Amino acid sequence: MTTVDNGVNVQALLDAREVLKGAPEAAQFTWRASSKWQNGVHSTATVEKFFGLGAEQTHKTASTFSADHPAVFAAEDNGITPIEYLLVGLASCLTAGVASVAQNRGIQLRSIESTVEGNHDIRGILGADSDVRNGYNDIKVTFNIDADASKEEIEALVAQSQKRSAVYDALSNPTDITVEVA
Amino acid sequence: MLERGEVANSWRRERWDSLRLLTPNWLSRLPGLDYDGPDPDGFMTTGEVVEFIERFARVAAAPVRAGVEVTAVRPADDGYHVATDRGDLHCRALVLASGACNLATVPALAAGVPPEVHQLTPLGYRGPGQLPDGGVLVVGASATGVQLAAELRRSGRPVTLSVGEHVRLPRVYRGRDVHWWMHESGVWDQRWDEIDDLDRARRLPSPQLVGTPERGTLDLNALTALGIELVGRFAAVRDGTALFSGGLRNVCALADLKMNRLLATFDEWALGADVGPSEEFAPTAVARATRLKLDLRGGEFSTVIWATGFRPDYRWLDVPVVDPKGRLRHDGGVVDAPGLYALGLPMLRRRRSSFINGIEDDARAVIDHLARKL
Ligand SMILES: Cc1cc2nc3c(=O)[nH]c(=O)nc-3n(C[C@H](O)[C@H](O)[C@H](O)COP(=O)(O)OP(=O)(O)OC[C@H]3O[C@@H](n4cnc5c(N)ncnc54)[C@H](O)[C@@H]3O)c2cc1C
Repeated sequence: MTTVDNGVNVQALLDAREVLKGAPEAAQFTWRASSKWQNGVHSTATVEKFFGLGAEQTHKTASTFSADHPAVFAAEDNGITPIEYLLVGLASCLTAGVASVAQNRGIQLRSIESTVEGNHDIRGILGADSDVRNGYNDIKVTFNIDADASKEEIEALVAQSQKRSAVYDALSNPTDITVEVA
Repeated sequence: MLERGEVANSWRRERWDSLRLLTPNWLSRLPGLDYDGPDPDGFMTTGEVVEFIERFARVAAAPVRAGVEVTAVRPADDGYHVATDRGDLHCRALVLASGACNLATVPALAAGVPPEVHQLTPLGYRGPGQLPDGGVLVVGASATGVQLAAELRRSGRPVTLSVGEHVRLPRVYRGRDVHWWMHESGVWDQRWDEIDDLDRARRLPSPQLVGTPERGTLDLNALTALGIELVGRFAAVRDGTALFSGGLRNVCALADLKMNRLLATFDEWALGADVGPSEEFAPTAVARATRLKLDLRGGEFSTVIWATGFRPDYRWLDVPVVDPKGRLRHDGGVVDAPGLYALGLPMLRRRRSSFINGIEDDARAVIDHLARKL
């Protein structure tokens, strides 16, 4: 039997699942980003620290992201639009899921590519039509996966990855949000 | 044997009027009592189930003390102290056979449903005539939810069904009842101590099946054809508006994939068996855009039915054997306390443990252990 290696340490994840079953406190994570206005609709957000496993944690390096609007919105386009960040999050979360599930199921992957399209009627954010919502009307993800597996097995990988995806859940289900002025 | 009501109490008092078993007659058997009526492929009505169980109680000469409700069970010297509404008892060993479906599980978000909307669980449901006029939101697409949704839709009401993860099955596959396949192929004999994820197997929702004389399939495509609207999993209520998950397409894809995998294992097992030609089922059709919000105050819905599962009631059990999620800690029916046993729970010892015909093997094994202990 050849060993399957997609570079995911599934054993560590399975071990963590067992440990955290009996220690729900340690499973409570808080992810954080801090944002700073630059000028116009341009802002930069930095992500470095988070809380989890009962302690403060730090990424290997801080990451900074620029968000702006494109020229067609009469802006300077110093970075992608905030709503595009959601697509980045969704694609990377589902991709990580496919790789992990494939590893767990003993499926060797050669490539995973995907395109994500979010359909957005901007009359909502412009206040041009109160019946139009602000966010995406719908999102479509198309995967192209090359792996040692049947079409059905690949479809099952993709379905399972949606079932266990944090970002898929965050986008497809309501989340309670509090916004305060400090 | 203590019974708070009469023999077959759950089938007398806790089932809706039109319900029939979803297991065919030839499979609805109890130890030493096989179905001997004229319609082995048919499905018993609740009245027929009551008669069947009463007949079994007579044939087995079961020492039933009816009308005795157990109000508390506590560990006592060399056994258990059992308090009832007709006096107390002491026993050395105790078998919990009080049922797996005493209570209807209702999600906490039900508290947010506006008071003008009538709410009900399957334990209180008898038939469409009992509901106020207007549309019905049925939450949950397992056997109970799909059956109630279909019945309400056929009564002429607008029905919306909120669908989370579910188990899709055809009633008949390659000319045989799907339970024939489960039974004969050995799926129902899978053991609790040999299964990968026992926790998941025990939580598995009941399949989308109904027992009718026509032996029709009642999957989501059949419900859509009846004119029932499908929406995603019920996620929250905000200001009187129900919010549903946008993940309906994926739960349907998961159910289709699982069904096809199961049918493929049947095909593999059936090579050379006397069954009909291969069959394929259309994927579950999901509307291009499903509604994500429903205004519960707008008058579209008069009723919400929570078909979101059942659970056992152990409030009277004063023995520390129930986990924080309300599940009994047991190993194949041998409960985690000396002399305490359980029967009649899903996947107790086999997949068939959820069904009437699963009791024979389970009772033998559990009583064997009990007798050796005594
Ligand atoms: C809606 C529905 C449909 C079902 N359809 C099928 C089907 O098609 N085929 C199938 O095989 N199975 C079906 N089942 C499962 C079915 O209930 C069981 O197979 C069977 O009834 C289980 O019998 P039981 O004796 O274990 O539990 P129950 O039938 O629940 O009996 C438990 C008994 O214990 C009594 N009791 C409970 N607590 C106390 C107490 N504190 N003191 C005294 N007495 C008490 C109750 O009154 C009851 O009579 C269905 C279940 C439900 C809820």
